[in-house]
Amino acid sequence: MNIDHILGLVTGILFGFLLQKGRVLRFDKQVGAMLLKDMTILKFMMSAILVGMVGIQILASYGIITLNHKPMNLGAVLVGGALFGAGWAVVGFCPGTSVGALGEGRWHAIFAIAGMLVGAAVFAELYPWLKSTILAWKDFGKIGLPEALGISPWIIVLLFWAGSIALFIWFERKKL
Amino acid sequence: MKWKTEDGGWSPYLAGALAGLLAIVSAYATTKLMGKTNYFGTSTTFVRAAGLIERTASPEHVSANEYFKKEKVLIDWQFMFVVGIFFGALIASKIDGSFKSESVPPTWKERFGPSIGKRALGAFLGGVIAMAGARMADGCPSGHGLSGMMQLSASSFVALVMFFITGVIVAAIIYRRKTQ
Repeated sequence: MNIDHILGLVTGILFGFLLQKGRVLRFDKQVGAMLLKDMTILKFMMSAILVGMVGIQILASYGIITLNHKPMNLGAVLVGGALFGAGWAVVGFCPGTSVGALGEGRWHAIFAIAGMLVGAAVFAELYPWLKSTILAWKDFGKIGLPEALGISPWIIVLLFWAGSIALFIWFERKKL
Repeated sequence: MKWKTEDGGWSPYLAGALAGLLAIVSAYATTKLMGKTNYFGTSTTFVRAAGLIERTASPEHVSANEYFKKEKVLIDWQFMFVVGIFFGALIASKIDGSFKSESVPPTWKERFGPSIGKRALGAFLGGVIAMAGARMADGCPSGHGLSGMMQLSASSFVALVMFFITGVIVAAIIYRRKTQ
């Protein structure tokens, strides 16, 4: 194990600890959010984003860290995103939570992990074909929303904070 | 708003905010110690793990595959991060007693009954589709949902909306019938 591995492992343990304490690893929490009955996972995700985006944007603006945007490849994001959502509703775990769910004893997550490994292998086989079809449709490259809209990142951060707080208040009122 | 749930868990707002702090510290630490900023993500690890497994059967096939070449089949920072999630969840659940052996989740049981076979099939097929989609979109709720959103990546806003919209529609179709 080198420093990369140790750092990854320690960070993962802390992240897994927080996911478990936030009770977001469970099938019922994930499907509960999709059935609009229990917003636990959304509360967790949005709180993480709210805090994280401020720190990441500050560090990036001073050049201390570098941003690494995922490509805005329209066909890939739309079709891939839709496929993910559909599969997610059935499996009830995302890749990270499937591993965590196994850790907290929900051993049926092993079937989810097996499916995900096969899904990754299938994607690797289909990749050459996808590259000439869906992935070749329209690629805007690795862009950030601030550049795409031509506005300061802090305007987006502010709007995101305002929108999230409003949503949190509504969640608590509705006891979601 | 309570900071603790009845079963000894933490408020998702608190746990989430701490995860956000962890993401900031991690971005800084990986930049300092590894020379490159690493963000949270998990789905690429499934590609690497699939490659490692396939390699035991057919090393030539894996080394010839374009996607495996692109993502590189090796054990890296993210791979160990994913391994860590397992242990972190194990430790947390053992400490507060929420560790529970579960074969079929309650919501699933309510709709499809207690059959482990049915749940296994659903989890497997759902997993195949979810992962293929995540790799196509180049991220999952960790890579796009958390890391991409924190960086304000244009693609992540679109991906996250797609994840939830289709998730809500498909969940409504498959789980609603009997519960109402």
